[in-house]
Amino acid sequence: MTTIETHVSELERDAEGFLVRPEQWSRELALEIARENGIPELTPRHWQVVEFMRESYLTTGAAPSIRALGKESGVPVKELYSLFPKGPAKLAAKIGGIPKPLGCI
Amino acid sequence: MPRRVVILGGGTGGTMMANRLRRRYEPSEAAITVVDRDDRHVYQPGLLFVPFRLAHADEIVRSRRRQLHGGIDFHESAVEQVVLEEDKVLLADGTHLPYDVLVVATGAVLQPEETEGLTGAGWNENVFTFYDLQGAEELARALEGFDGGRLVVSLVDMPIKCPVAPLEFSFLVDWHLTERGIRDEVELTYVTPLDAAFTKPVASAHLAGLLEEKGIGLVTEFATGEVDGAHGRLVSWDEREIPFDLLVTVPAHGGAPYVARSEGLGDALGFVPTNPSTLQSLAKPNVFVIGDATNVPASKAGSVTHFEGETLEENVDRLLAGEELSAEYDGHANCFIETGFGKALLIDFNYETEPLPGRFPNALGPLPLLKESRLNHLGKLMFQWLYWHALLPGRGIPGIPEAMPTSGKERQPEAV
Repeated sequence: MTTIETHVSELERDAEGFLVRPEQWSRELALEIARENGIPELTPRHWQVVEFMRESYLTTGAAPSIRALGKESGVPVKELYSLFPKGPAKLAAKIGGIPKPLGCI
Repeated sequence: MPRRVVILGGGTGGTMMANRLRRRYEPSEAAITVVDRDDRHVYQPGLLFVPFRLAHADEIVRSRRRQLHGGIDFHESAVEQVVLEEDKVLLADGTHLPYDVLVVATGAVLQPEETEGLTGAGWNENVFTFYDLQGAEELARALEGFDGGRLVVSLVDMPIKCPVAPLEFSFLVDWHLTERGIRDEVELTYVTPLDAAFTKPVASAHLAGLLEEKGIGLVTEFATGEVDGAHGRLVSWDEREIPFDLLVTVPAHGGAPYVARSEGLGDALGFVPTNPSTLQSLAKPNVFVIGDATNVPASKAGSVTHFEGETLEENVDRLLAGEELSAEYDGHANCFIETGFGKALLIDFNYETEPLPGRFPNALGPLPLLKESRLNHLGKLMFQWLYWHALLPGRGIPGIPEAMPTSGKERQPEAV
């Protein structure tokens, strides 16, 4: 049996590396994007955040901000920063294959 | 029987909507009630100038009640909660207010207690905010006694009201220190959780250039986790530290407290999920939202509230008439950015178009966009008069259309 694997390098992404079409996302791609961004493995805590982000985006059309993540994802802000260094909301959105959070205007 | 319109909040959006709707309807058609917890309407853009004694409390605070036209009922009480299922509002004074249409206009509140240590040691001693009147006045006193050291201007987290204000404060304090002859004694730093000086790329590049010209340091992607006033340290979630002698910070914001107590109304931060084009809440069709209280991806700014007014008035009318809503609001925002030394920049943008260089309000317009000029500074000063006399009464501002004008903007390729 053969499987056709899609790699992230074959997909359309914006200048900052966010997937243009969230529906092309898969868990394998998430891992590839994570590695590109210096996160070698996705632990269950990473997945909890990434899945929460993706779920929120798909139901509300917007990705939550860091503060909202800290209140609602079950992972406190301090830990978000150790899981996703520098910009947890941005990085978790990128790994989750959804657009950059709009929260900050 | 008149339809009952209840407006929560007697600030910019609530006052403007009450006056617009009062003009539109005869008293026999609509009864309009505005609720606010107090009778002090603060002209918030004026707060920026208070720390420099360029504005005073008595000039920027007026009675809320007196900004409302005849035939509008003003009810002074805090809001306990909105009961969406029963179409009524419970007030802290025990009153039940049933409505046919509800307009949520209660803005955003400061939440300094959300940041560890911010309201602890040093609060209003070496740690200040100018985002409320008392804080701005305390800061004025502290600035007078400040004669050198590390002055840090920071914002804790987005969204905040008037996202350009902390930048303006940095430019103005640079001017203030220069005038006092002590600019060389001060290390001035601007700290932001964003990845650039501002939220949009072209304007960010211009503003970063201005910071550099004025010798103001820029620290980006600094998400404040703790403020340690006792030791003069700003600590980020990823454990970087910035030392300060004087910190001027903008605390995190959230929606008004009753939003969280009202089942189904708000999001995790207390803002109300709102259709960005029609301004109808996603919670229930007969609930509309205006200004800082929404979660729409526009700046939390008076100009946004003003430009939303026309769409909201039209949609309240359509809802009452049982017609389809109009999706007119385009996210238009327009902000003067004080840069000190009697000059200012102007930016004009919407959901789709970021702030670009050019002229305003059109290609032959007198005001340059994204460029320092004295005329922009005068525009900012004149705006205070327009606020009380055109914006709050719910009238248009002459020459400034509700939808963003495209003429006059220099189109640019994506990268700068």
